[in-house]
Amino acid sequence: MSEPEAVVSVSDLRTYFHSDDGIVKAVDGVSFSVRRGETLGIVGESGSGKSVACLSLLGLVARPPAFHPSGEVWYGGRDLLRCSERELEAIRGDRLAMIFQDPLTSLNPYLRISRQLTEVLEVHKGTSGAEARRAAIAMLERVGIPDADRRIDQYPHQFSGGMRQRVMIAMALLCQPEVLFADEPTTALDVTIQAQILELIADLQRSAGTAVVLVTHDLGVVAGSTDRVAVMYAGRIVETGPTAEVFACPRHPYTRGLLASTPRIDTPPGSHLEAIPGMPPDLGHLPAGCPFHVRCSRSIDRCRSEYPPFTRLSATHAAACWNMEEPS
Amino acid sequence: MKAYVIRRLLELIPTALIIILGSFALVRLAPGSPFSSEKEIPPEVRRQLDAKYGFDKPLPEQFVRYLGNLLVGDLGPSTKYPQRSVNEIIADGFPVSLTLAGVALVWSLLVGITAGIIGAVRQNTVWDHAAMAAALIGISIPSFVLGPLLVLLFSLRLHLLPPAGWGDLRHVILPGITLGTIYAASIARLTRGGMLEVVRSDFIRTARAKGLSERLVIWRHMLKGGLLPVVSYLGPAIASMLTGSVVVEKIFNVPGIGPYFVDAAFNRDYFLVMGIVVLYAFFLLLLNLVVDVIYGFLDPRIEYP
Repeated sequence: MSEPEAVVSVSDLRTYFHSDDGIVKAVDGVSFSVRRGETLGIVGESGSGKSVACLSLLGLVARPPAFHPSGEVWYGGRDLLRCSERELEAIRGDRLAMIFQDPLTSLNPYLRISRQLTEVLEVHKGTSGAEARRAAIAMLERVGIPDADRRIDQYPHQFSGGMRQRVMIAMALLCQPEVLFADEPTTALDVTIQAQILELIADLQRSAGTAVVLVTHDLGVVAGSTDRVAVMYAGRIVETGPTAEVFACPRHPYTRGLLASTPRIDTPPGSHLEAIPGMPPDLGHLPAGCPFHVRCSRSIDRCRSEYPPFTRLSATHAAACWNMEEPS
Repeated sequence: MKAYVIRRLLELIPTALIIILGSFALVRLAPGSPFSSEKEIPPEVRRQLDAKYGFDKPLPEQFVRYLGNLLVGDLGPSTKYPQRSVNEIIADGFPVSLTLAGVALVWSLLVGITAGIIGAVRQNTVWDHAAMAAALIGISIPSFVLGPLLVLLFSLRLHLLPPAGWGDLRHVILPGITLGTIYAASIARLTRGGMLEVVRSDFIRTARAKGLSERLVIWRHMLKGGLLPVVSYLGPAIASMLTGSVVVEKIFNVPGIGPYFVDAAFNRDYFLVMGIVVLYAFFLLLLNLVVDVIYGFLDPRIEYP
């Protein structure tokens, strides 16, 4: 599914971890691509491998316990999984940037904001001193931090959670990256702040043409701010397509279950939410066949023995299931 | 910040008074007297000696007089060395002990922090295990074993360094290493522990995501937080390097203050014991204050009340 205009295209990415229980397949054959200026949502429950997928394509998973990821991650004519650590350092934070879930712990508490911002410019652009400081202040203003020329000299603990996430975003966007990987960027924030941060990312994306990969477990966030969506379960993508199409017409039972378990504004009051039965899978001990079959109401015999292939449903919509939901 | 330091300095006064009172009481409660070890002294000579040093006065009066003299910087006479004052003995010996402790400190920091960083960054590799095994040996080996071993190797075998004595820079190396090694070992373990706390934290992942080199990640982002445990250990450690030099000074025949301290205690040389105790107490209190202030510089989240 990689298309010529894709900025980053990932194929068959696998990240396995050592554990006391044996080998855990956190990411097990994931393929996706992001085009310039678009937003791709990656959704799934905790432990579905969505964060690990992003971390491993940037070379940020700790090894050990992880093995070196296998597969291919193409960016700018190079396979990032086969780049040296030095080549990766030059790309990370410059062309491909990432922001993280918890802005309270993701900034260094021992360093001033100014230091943490300007070092990005020093490393990638060779600008330093007053020039880097000016650029950093300008970026802080752009992400909506009032009084930026004074606050840049403060430490992270002097900022609120929402403001710290704005600082993180400013830090990630300083070098105008081509792709921004946002790993649950709003999960740790108040609901009112969430909307502001998502709006901010969308704004900056529109003005700079940045592609965004938005990792989240929140379907509301996906519906509101992504063009395409990839649904992950147990380390694999089970359904992918344009967000509107997937939400209107989910074909994988897991996607349907996720959507049915999300409250909607048009749900009649008093009605019960459906829940997906069972527990998220233990990645160390996955059942044979499709790992979702143990929780699936549509499972058939074949689901227990054989993993389903990815089936194209339209030019852009695909899912991996032996017994798909009927199109509604 | 300034107000905090001034307040802490004022708080030192009652602490110091308690230490002085305590050690004064302990020294005086110990059986014997400065003159009991001498051969039989005629009673009238003894009375004269007591009168000369003021030992014939009631103890509270002696204490008040001692405090008064202390305030003007007079630590009193030595009963064992009547021709020298305690001030002179300390002025001669203390700089030597201070130099020795300084070399030990530099050695312990260099070796300890380096080994600790290697242990943390290469956790659970051969490097880590080697560094921590060395640290364990360093903590376990007493200085009266390590000292002679170093002399055997570097002086008697390799003829690189003098085996004992004092004079130039070469004399200070072996005693400095002997004194500093046990602290180097503790610092290595503390550094490794502190760095490991930091190494897996989210902000280190952020630093990597920014594309910083491993060197920058370690030196700029890990070290400040990772060294906090070492800093709080340094206050007492430096004080104990100063006092702990007694054995090392004996082994290497270094004319520091350590041997005087031990002899003074045996000889009931009241003023000399008190003088050295007061000096060390003063250093310990001051070092703890310095550590607290440095801590505040390293961790901006600490606010001075």
